[in-house]
Amino acid sequence: MSTPVKAPKPGPQAVKAQPARPKAPKPGPPHSTQAAAPVLTGAQAVVRTLEELEVEAVFGIPGGAILPAYDPLLDSEKVRHVLVRHEQGAGHAAAGYALATGKVGVCMATSGPGATNLVTPLADAHMDSVPIVAITGQVASTAIGTDAFQEADIVGITMPITKHSYLVTDGADIPRVLTEAFHVAATGRPGPVLVDIPKDILSKPAPFVWPPRMDLPGYKPTTQPHGKQIREAAALIAESKRPVLYVGGGVIKAGAHAELLELAELTGAPVITTLMARGAFPDSHAQHLGMPGMHGSVPAVHSLQKADLIVALGARFDDRVTGKLDTFAPEAKIVHVDIDPAEIGKNREADVPIVGDCKAALAAMAEAYTDPGQDRLKAWWDTLNDLRERYPLGYEPHGEGEMTAPQYVIERLGALADPDTIWTTGVGQHQMWASQFIAYEQPATFLNSGGLGTMGFAVPAAMGAKLGQMDRPVWAIDGDGCFQMTNQELATCAIEGIPIKVAVINNGNLGMVRQWQTLFYDQRYSNTDLSTHHSEDSPRVPDFVKLAEALGCVGLRCDHPDEVDEVIKQANAINDRPVVVDFTVGPDAMVWPMVPAGVSNDEILYARDMRPTFEHEGAV
Amino acid sequence: MSTHTLSVLVENKPGVLARVAALFSRRGFNIDSLAVGETEHPGVSRITIVVDVEPGSLEQVTKQLNKLIHVLKIVELEAGASVQRELLLVKVRAEAATRGQVVAAANLFKARSVDVTPDTVTFEVTGSSDKIESFLEVLEPFGIKELVQSGTVALGRGAKSMASLSRYVSPS
Repeated sequence: MSTPVKAPKPGPQAVKAQPARPKAPKPGPPHSTQAAAPVLTGAQAVVRTLEELEVEAVFGIPGGAILPAYDPLLDSEKVRHVLVRHEQGAGHAAAGYALATGKVGVCMATSGPGATNLVTPLADAHMDSVPIVAITGQVASTAIGTDAFQEADIVGITMPITKHSYLVTDGADIPRVLTEAFHVAATGRPGPVLVDIPKDILSKPAPFVWPPRMDLPGYKPTTQPHGKQIREAAALIAESKRPVLYVGGGVIKAGAHAELLELAELTGAPVITTLMARGAFPDSHAQHLGMPGMHGSVPAVHSLQKADLIVALGARFDDRVTGKLDTFAPEAKIVHVDIDPAEIGKNREADVPIVGDCKAALAAMAEAYTDPGQDRLKAWWDTLNDLRERYPLGYEPHGEGEMTAPQYVIERLGALADPDTIWTTGVGQHQMWASQFIAYEQPATFLNSGGLGTMGFAVPAAMGAKLGQMDRPVWAIDGDGCFQMTNQELATCAIEGIPIKVAVINNGNLGMVRQWQTLFYDQRYSNTDLSTHHSEDSPRVPDFVKLAEALGCVGLRCDHPDEVDEVIKQANAINDRPVVVDFTVGPDAMVWPMVPAGVSNDEILYARDMRPTFEHEGAV
Repeated sequence: MSTHTLSVLVENKPGVLARVAALFSRRGFNIDSLAVGETEHPGVSRITIVVDVEPGSLEQVTKQLNKLIHVLKIVELEAGASVQRELLLVKVRAEAATRGQVVAAANLFKARSVDVTPDTVTFEVTGSSDKIESFLEVLEPFGIKELVQSGTVALGRGAKSMASLSRYVSPS
């Protein structure tokens, strides 16, 4: 080609529309390559580029192929490397950092097993649209494809679970490739990007041109919503008698919580926040009905089923929200706002599709909306308020002499926490209870693994979140199963001075699986007992307090309901070291309400064998 | 299920074909035919994909394809509004007794003989997939020893080109 391909610069509009989005690198005016560029090794180019992109932290572990990159990293005064204990921890930490700060998280690993250990966090970030960049070492270019020591085709392996990936073949490309990687990760629908760099490319010198010209002709995310669609959506909201704003994680990613609050109050419509959107709308707000879905609140689930209009905002009609799709929200028209056109119409046809950034779309809808008076919503609110009153979220409290109810522990953790606390969770019962029994008032304060459902997310994500928000307390609520998957990162936290707090909701079992065994497998508890409870014939294995101490943390135990508050206060007061609290809780508690898998949302159970009665049905 | 022809303009970068093909295989769609080649723009290739899917599934896979960073543009080419061609090389048994009939059949289809042995003739023919299919049916009784077919290549009819690529590529 005689002329270089020109990279489109991100338009000023696009930048303006999403100020709260993760910071995208801004390429300056193109440099002439003729000007004498400094010559750096590929490794130096990696570190220089990370510095130029204002990366503060990299989570990783060195190994053979990535080794050259670690040499200049030692001298960097701007980039802090956090030496994790397992690459999975690096990936989830990068995600926790990204979710808590809105910036791109970065993780680094060597070739082969180092890179394959990143597969789970990459898949996790892909499902939950988290902007992370993974930099992996690769065997030397000449050895690629020969089954060399620690060789794995990580670009091939991660193709379906990354937003994009690169194999660098020329050291001179490093600044451009990394800049593009950060840009792609952070803009549009955010997601993970992998950059694989062979060892010889890291070692060889090449000209370092900064700023680089991005070359992404096929990448043009639509951020500005279409005006006509916006007006149609606003008109539909004004006409509707039973509207609901169905808020997904996209609202938090877009930093659109203020715009959401404005539209919600303007329209008077009820608001429901998905697992990924908890905190996008204040839980304390009168219009908030809670979380929809498999373990959603009765009013939230019912509001979708009976709505005449669903305004989906950065949400994707996930099967955990819709239940059986054929019977989902049968009377509702759908306005669907998403920055990813592929989400619109994927599971549920949209009557008004709006491709764009939620922040821009919400602001535009509020502007286009004329309120016809909110009397029309009175019957709707009466129905929903009645359900709210009759079916509040609740749980069976522990009786005298019984083990602590797990929900009580979580409720108290929330009640005694600083309002700025960031929460992370693993996956399972404790995750659902953390969503139900802690009040979230601010966005990006509840970080968890929604789409992939990755057990072990809590501890490393908390580490990343804490590093990004050192002034705020970070509590990881974890289960005894999840905790045993990634607790080695507590060593990292202890050594690197990242004082997170971990509440192990220890019911001695893989609790959610056990709940399904109770409900659907005739109480045959196949392989769900983890023996982390103390009993006459067995000690606790492991003893989480001793484990915490061995990992350089403070270990606390709470075996009795009366001690819960005191132990939480003790943990809240420790800010110089990580703390782990082993809350021993009863094994039989279940997550309610529940829409069993593959069943219509109409079949929601408020508690075991207890279906709510809806007013149109009369008493059952 | 119905057959659709997608024309996909992509940046000619390593791995792009794997990424495109993976989006189909992930959803369990079988690609009927695939052709890849360079275009009038250096650095831009055109992938022509023929696939048999439900219209709803096609829309989803097209949207997913559009999300690939190296994909520049996708157009579905309707049969009536495009020219679609395949290339066939076929080696057919043609001994002295039947050779005349074989060659006569080939002439009807405007096939060219490109290799001849005492027992066989190899023909080259281009055309729509219907034409190729009919030609093979005619040759069948003589004995087809071996054949190879290209994927369909297709261009929209009329003066317009699929896309002005000026927004992607500066003039050379």
